[in-house]
Amino acid sequence: MRAQTMIAATALLCAATWSAAADASVIKIGALFAVTGPASFLGAPEQRTAEMFVEQINAKGGLGGHRIVLIVKDTQGSPEKAVSFAKQLIEEEQVFAIIGPSTSGETMRIKGLCEESRTLLISCAAAEDIVKPVARYVFKTPQTDADAARRILDVLKKRKLSKVAILSSNTGFGSAGKKQLETLAPEYGITIAANETYDKTATDLTDVATKVKAANVQAVINWSIEPAQAIIAKNIRQIGLTVPLFQSHGFGNLSYAKAAGQAAEGIIFPCGRLLVADVLPAKHPQRAVLMKYKTDYEARYAPDAVSTFGGHVYDALLILVSAVETAGTDREKARAAIEKIQGLVGTAGVFNFSATDHCGLAKDAFEMLTVKNGRFVLYKD
Amino acid sequence: MSSELALQYLLAGITSGSVYAVVAIGFNIVYNATGIINFAQGEFVMLGAMTAITLHAYLPLPLAIASAVLLTALAGALVDLLFIRWLRRPTVLRMIIVTIGVSILMREAALKVWDEKVRSLPYFSGNEVSSVRIFGAFISPQVFWLLGLSAAMVLVLAIFFRFTLTGRSMRACSANRDAAALMGIDTRSMVTLSFAIAAAIGALAGCAVSPIAQTHYDCGAPLAIKGFTAAVLGGLGSSGGAVTAGLLLGILEAASVSVVPAAYRDAVAVLLLLVILSVRPSGLLAGRDEARLKEY
Repeated sequence: MRAQTMIAATALLCAATWSAAADASVIKIGALFAVTGPASFLGAPEQRTAEMFVEQINAKGGLGGHRIVLIVKDTQGSPEKAVSFAKQLIEEEQVFAIIGPSTSGETMRIKGLCEESRTLLISCAAAEDIVKPVARYVFKTPQTDADAARRILDVLKKRKLSKVAILSSNTGFGSAGKKQLETLAPEYGITIAANETYDKTATDLTDVATKVKAANVQAVINWSIEPAQAIIAKNIRQIGLTVPLFQSHGFGNLSYAKAAGQAAEGIIFPCGRLLVADVLPAKHPQRAVLMKYKTDYEARYAPDAVSTFGGHVYDALLILVSAVETAGTDREKARAAIEKIQGLVGTAGVFNFSATDHCGLAKDAFEMLTVKNGRFVLYKD
Repeated sequence: MSSELALQYLLAGITSGSVYAVVAIGFNIVYNATGIINFAQGEFVMLGAMTAITLHAYLPLPLAIASAVLLTALAGALVDLLFIRWLRRPTVLRMIIVTIGVSILMREAALKVWDEKVRSLPYFSGNEVSSVRIFGAFISPQVFWLLGLSAAMVLVLAIFFRFTLTGRSMRACSANRDAAALMGIDTRSMVTLSFAIAAAIGALAGCAVSPIAQTHYDCGAPLAIKGFTAAVLGGLGSSGGAVTAGLLLGILEAASVSVVPAAYRDAVAVLLLLVILSVRPSGLLAGRDEARLKEY
């Protein structure tokens, strides 16, 4: 009896696996998001966006006639988990493509893995290292951190602020941004008078702010994605520093501005146009896409809930849809199709890919924003 | 270094130290009743602050905080009733493992009930940019609230554990549970009560630190690590020791930032902790003889 049950179970399992593998009407897309953990500010809106997008596509008859099956794995922002989940998605699930991971550190750890196994990876993380040097199967949708750094340095140069402090959190995002600023600052004739890294879970940073004050700088640039970026804003103002505060594109989430309250006023940061979609001129090329994503997302989840990070997943899926529609579900052809995408309007900007550019966005994909009366508005110098 | 700058570092240390201190006090209550470390203490801090933030949308701030403290105290009692009371042999190790499990459970539940977003209560006085000027250096008015609250907690707890029958019974449970039971003390209820009080104190601490450190579902663990460090450094069971050690830890961190890169802040603090504990294993303020009687 027991042996029979075992055989039956095995047979059933085989049948199930076989039917799933052979089910041509389904296209499997893996997703690695930091849904929980310290980077959940990225992963949670990303997961919601992916679910919404896939539902919309499937309701319209799927992707080229194939129903999309989305397999989301929560990496908790840990590179080790990202690696093991990526292996699982590639080897067991044999997914068509992987969207994510949410953070640069995780992406760098699985870049080689995806390249070797010829799995399409469309990362939602910003570091330039992801696409430089180019890996044939690895793409990314957020604007490059080097461009964010350049936009900030542009403003500094224009305002003749030549002595700055750089603060960054001890994460992949923080150290990548710090590296970019260190490399680019000399080109703009800007000296770095203080350069400090703080813990991502810090509860108060008055001591770090004091060190900045001691360095007598003309501006502060902070590079992090964690809640600490709101803490540092408060601490800098509390100890009486009034110099301009610049943040990275990681500040693009209204809940940070709310957490910093009065101290957030006047913070300048580069960001995609999603958060200012409603004040863009009607004829702006991105306006239609941005407003559709914003209205859909906020209708489904909560008002004012949209964040740029979910937008990166939206773009990744737009790219994948475009590739499959032109080249079908052959992975090799789809990969080549992505490299040929021109003028695809996404939430982060207008994508123009090539064999040597796997990011596809230019410096102007960033808009400089500032905080005014608790809202994000366009920065004007 | 100019004296103004030195003072600013000191005030920075007191700011972060006051956060550690107020969180550290909560560890002592469960310890005084059971002799264990409640690893869910950080989650009580988080839960109290999150609840208060939610209630503040409908209630004035003092009332929101008071209700949050009460609700969290109930949650604390519930933790004991559901998970700890049923242990047939509540050894130290088992109870520690259970509290770690509870902390994970509470964190995940908070993520589901609320979301991943960061929130904070408004500053009790002033706002995000206001500060008090002392001889050219600045400190947030919230720090005075934290220090005052810590002092009040220490005083109330000292009276409670030394002079009330309930408080003394609670300490008896920790010293020797069997003997306490033989004396007619309802040891199980004492443990439940200790969890409720610890949760209430944690919640109050959470509300008070929220304007400074901000609150989100995952903020409990980092606060608890620093709070726990301060509690051990001060001598477990001693609330006054916890506050002193919390402030000391903050000041040591700020002092280290003034000379070495800020990246080493935690490393320096932990190193000093190790040194102090190797010289005084029982902590700064706990007596050596008293420590020898404890299980570890």
